[in-house]
Amino acid sequence: MLQIKNLVVQIEDNRILNGLNLTVNKGEVAAIMGPNGSGKSTLSYVIAGKADYEVLDGEILLDGQNILEMGPDERAAAGLFLAFQYPLEIPGVASMTFLKAAINAQRKARGEIELTTPDFIRRVNAAATKLEVPKDMLKRGLNVGFSGGEKKRMEILQMALLEPRFCILDETDSGLDIDALRIVSEGVNALRSPDRSFLVITHYQRLLNYIVPDSVHVMSAGRIVKSGGKELALELEANGYADYREIEAA
Amino acid sequence: MAQLTLMRTPTETALVQAFDAAKATLPGDVESRAKAFEIFNRNGLPHRRVEEFKYTDLRALMREIAPFAVKPSASDAAAALAKTTAFAGTEALDVPFVNGHFVRDAVKFDALPEGVEIVPLAEALASGHEWLARLSPVAWAKDNPVYQLNSSFMADGVMLRIVGAVETPIHLRFMTGSETAVATATRILILVEDGASVTLLESHEGTNGAAHQPNDVVELIAGDRTNVHHVRLNREGDQTLALSTLALKLGGDAYFNSINVVAGSSISRHQVFAMLNGENSKAQINGVSMIKGGQHADSTLIVEHAAPHCESRELFKTVIDGEATGVFQGKIIVPHHAQKTDGRMMSAALLLSEGGTMNNKPELEIFADDVQCAHGATCGQLDDDLLFYLMARGLPRMEAERLLVQAFLGEAIEFVDNEAARDGLIAIAEDWLKARV
Amino acid sequence: MPAVQETIDQVRLIDVDQYKYGFETDVEMEKAPKGLSEDVIRFISAKKGEPEWMLEWRLGAYKRWLTLKEPNWARVSYDKIDYNDMYYYAGPKNFPSPKSLDEVDPEILKTYEKLGIPLREQEILAGVEPKNRVAVDAVFDSVSVATTFKAELAKAGVIFMPISEAIREYPDLVRQYLGTVVPVTDNFFATLNSAVFTDGSFVYIPPGVRCPMELSTYFRINEKNTGQFERTLIIADKGSYVSYLEGCTAPMRDENQLHAAVVELIALDDAEIKYSTVQNWYPGDSEGRGGIYNFVTKRGDCRGKNSIITWTQVETGSAITWKYPSCILRGDGSRGEFYSIAVSNGMQQVDSGTKMLHLGKNTTSRIISKGIAAGRSENTYRGLVSAHRKASNARNFTNCDSLLIGNQCGAHTVPYIESKNATAVFEHEATTSKISEDQLFYCQQRGLSAEEATALIVNGFVKDVLQHLPMEFAVEAQKLISISLEGSVG
Repeated sequence: MLQIKNLVVQIEDNRILNGLNLTVNKGEVAAIMGPNGSGKSTLSYVIAGKADYEVLDGEILLDGQNILEMGPDERAAAGLFLAFQYPLEIPGVASMTFLKAAINAQRKARGEIELTTPDFIRRVNAAATKLEVPKDMLKRGLNVGFSGGEKKRMEILQMALLEPRFCILDETDSGLDIDALRIVSEGVNALRSPDRSFLVITHYQRLLNYIVPDSVHVMSAGRIVKSGGKELALELEANGYADYREIEAA
Repeated sequence: MAQLTLMRTPTETALVQAFDAAKATLPGDVESRAKAFEIFNRNGLPHRRVEEFKYTDLRALMREIAPFAVKPSASDAAAALAKTTAFAGTEALDVPFVNGHFVRDAVKFDALPEGVEIVPLAEALASGHEWLARLSPVAWAKDNPVYQLNSSFMADGVMLRIVGAVETPIHLRFMTGSETAVATATRILILVEDGASVTLLESHEGTNGAAHQPNDVVELIAGDRTNVHHVRLNREGDQTLALSTLALKLGGDAYFNSINVVAGSSISRHQVFAMLNGENSKAQINGVSMIKGGQHADSTLIVEHAAPHCESRELFKTVIDGEATGVFQGKIIVPHHAQKTDGRMMSAALLLSEGGTMNNKPELEIFADDVQCAHGATCGQLDDDLLFYLMARGLPRMEAERLLVQAFLGEAIEFVDNEAARDGLIAIAEDWLKARV
Repeated sequence: MPAVQETIDQVRLIDVDQYKYGFETDVEMEKAPKGLSEDVIRFISAKKGEPEWMLEWRLGAYKRWLTLKEPNWARVSYDKIDYNDMYYYAGPKNFPSPKSLDEVDPEILKTYEKLGIPLREQEILAGVEPKNRVAVDAVFDSVSVATTFKAELAKAGVIFMPISEAIREYPDLVRQYLGTVVPVTDNFFATLNSAVFTDGSFVYIPPGVRCPMELSTYFRINEKNTGQFERTLIIADKGSYVSYLEGCTAPMRDENQLHAAVVELIALDDAEIKYSTVQNWYPGDSEGRGGIYNFVTKRGDCRGKNSIITWTQVETGSAITWKYPSCILRGDGSRGEFYSIAVSNGMQQVDSGTKMLHLGKNTTSRIISKGIAAGRSENTYRGLVSAHRKASNARNFTNCDSLLIGNQCGAHTVPYIESKNATAVFEHEATTSKISEDQLFYCQQRGLSAEEATALIVNGFVKDVLQHLPMEFAVEAQKLISISLEGSVG
């Protein structure tokens, strides 16, 4: 489903990704782990198409199509979703409003008809109940004044409603207490399906107890340095990233 | 034009006469003075219909012109200097002025701290010193009538050059000791060369009961990577009309920290024209005014972010008692190219009595889109809840007020880095508050 | 934001210059001779069948005007206006105030239809949607062509009619209040208006009456080389309430046209007036050719105790806007509010804001201003808040935010805050910022285009103000803002 080939990326003359290769198959949940500064968040931004990042070499293929030339909104319409590590606040724009605008923009881009209001509200309510998102939160400005946990739940709520094919979770566990982590993980697990793939980016193994990955990749100095099954995460938990830092140094 | 000239007020006519009489005796090039005066004279004294002087109408406030002070004798100078108290507790290199004239004998030129050069301005003007080419670097100042008057009449001052890190603060100590009213015009040019750092103390004191009219200009050109702290204190005499200007041109990667404390004069207007000319610089410009009776204190400020990536913070506090009038006019200007500017300006005023007036005019003038700029202005009395809380703890009302006002002023004073100078300012605030009772 | 999608669609449909009200109506017009003179003023007065005192009032204003200079303190620049090179009166020919809509030139009716302004009451009544009913006074150049719901309003005692008619029918009432808020001598443009005003609306709400529907005036400049000088006078007697809406459009032309209106509001004890404006005069083309000079004086007098006046404005049109809807808080306990959205794009210049003059005790005011500058426009907030000696416990809160889109435009904030009372508490805050790249990216990641994302964020930015507009107006305003910003992104 997602194929990254020899990706080289810099920002303001700093090389962040150095020939990164990664393949995530249809229905697969892949985890990327790595120390701080290894380029994990950069990878998620580059896949989603954030400006400021200069792609010097390589390709990112979504179902065989190179998405590097596409705008972020086009990538979103193609089924790509990034759950932000730090979701943005948009004052004055109610979450409901935002959700409806986003869903219909994507549907339109895909040539589908727009959702009717009752249908939209039904879907939001169903998803909100599952994720324990209170209704008044949906009426408030998007993410404005939300706690860390509320923001992350709002991200997963959006993910559920937008029904993407490929989801990236960027440090979704950061800033979550144990209850919030459980709710968010259950939300994600409910969305797992043979047609949907996930790229779970995390620093800690903890999240992977809840969202059990099919594959684990270790990232260091802008490259995938080791790949394996879910046991690799446990190994990292036990030994830390020290071994991989040496690779970096060398 | 001709018709406009006919409408001169008596004060303006007196100024013309004073200039004609003085120009031959003032040091340096007569031509450039005449030019400055001509520019001033085109519009005359600014009045309330001139936007920048809306709240400080000099045409109405300057009813006459005091005679320009002559150079005092050595003994008069010594006697006058003996009366100053400002920054007495701060160890510093003393650069004194009496009645607007530099007291040359008080400075040991052969024993100046390393990195400090001093050139008396009168001599420099007479000899056409090469540093003079660096005068007047800020356009906002040049367009200003108060500055133009100073350029016309400046009789003395010093030029300072700072190289490297100078540890000892430099104290520019002004005293107007005359018992009768005099007008003075001094100009200080301070060149802080790239990488240099210095603390400048500037105090202005004068005799009570005489309607002195000082007009002081400090021009500060601080290069790249400089670190300059500037503390200015106005303790002019109680009848004084004090006009003053600080023109700043700041290089890149530099830090500038300044405060002006008004605790004197009858009418004062302090103008700051700051140009942030290099990237990644930071300026902190503060002001504190404590006024009562019929005092009038005007703080006027223009900060131009002429380069991208600069940060400026302006914090002005005014406490008004009696029928005094406070004025704050501040403007942050961000031209098209000054992206990533971060500017924040705040003016807060406390009205302690029924008859006071506060006029606030905080402005933003923004042409670049990637900026964060804000200003705030508040005006009101002391918080009743806080007063009640303190009184409930047993403090008498005046004591409680004093404590709160001190805290209010302290927020601006605490930016002063030099501990002795800061303590000195706090003590002045305390004295002012005690005198209220 | 159901409007977002709709907005974008609508934006696509509009013509190059993005102004959809730019058409002309072809009707036979009658004009006063070009230029300004006592004779022209006599002509206007005669056309309106005015009493002698009104003519004298006008002539007095004209004499005064000749001695005044055009103000130059605002941050706007334009070529000198030749006051003798325009028409001061233009009205549809053969127009002796029609008895019914059937007598109105069908071309004019079509114009209002095209503008979406309902002039036929039965159509409104028959409307499927249970919309709030709105009474409309339609002013076409210098003449009011129709006023709806007059009969029904009269039942409630509400007088709503063209001011020219009110001068004839209620001379005492008009005379008692006209020029008492904006004196004849007030300023260059207001004085000019006093001399030559042609039409506008008159509203009187009797004591204790809550006006049964929204009142509105729709101004349309159609004729070339014509200035529009309307005059509106609204009096809310003790304990009454009225909500009044004002809209305006003009054809696209290369020339600049002058619009110098005066609006006076008077609220007596416990009365409340809400005045909302959606100003969409032709802004000129992207190179700054043409467009309306919108130089208006609007002022409300909270004359009675506990009276309330609220100004809400959405300013998207005009080449130049010079406008400061103000409140004189004279009555003890009175309250003034000002909510403003000013959007400028292309070469537009906006210098707008408010004055809140606290004269009475316990008076409060609130100012929320949102300025959005795009293109090569200049957008200035200018405001005055003052407390006089006797204004004990006056309160003001001001919030002015500016948003810049692109770096060829300017956003400026010029507040004057003057307090002469120790118990007055004034708080002012202002910010200038841009739409952050991160916010845009976040919205785009969820599938919105850059333009949609901008519209969404801008609508969020102005929400605090929009919610003070009546519902239908708010939706309309939201669309207008998006249209005005069209082409400013990317």
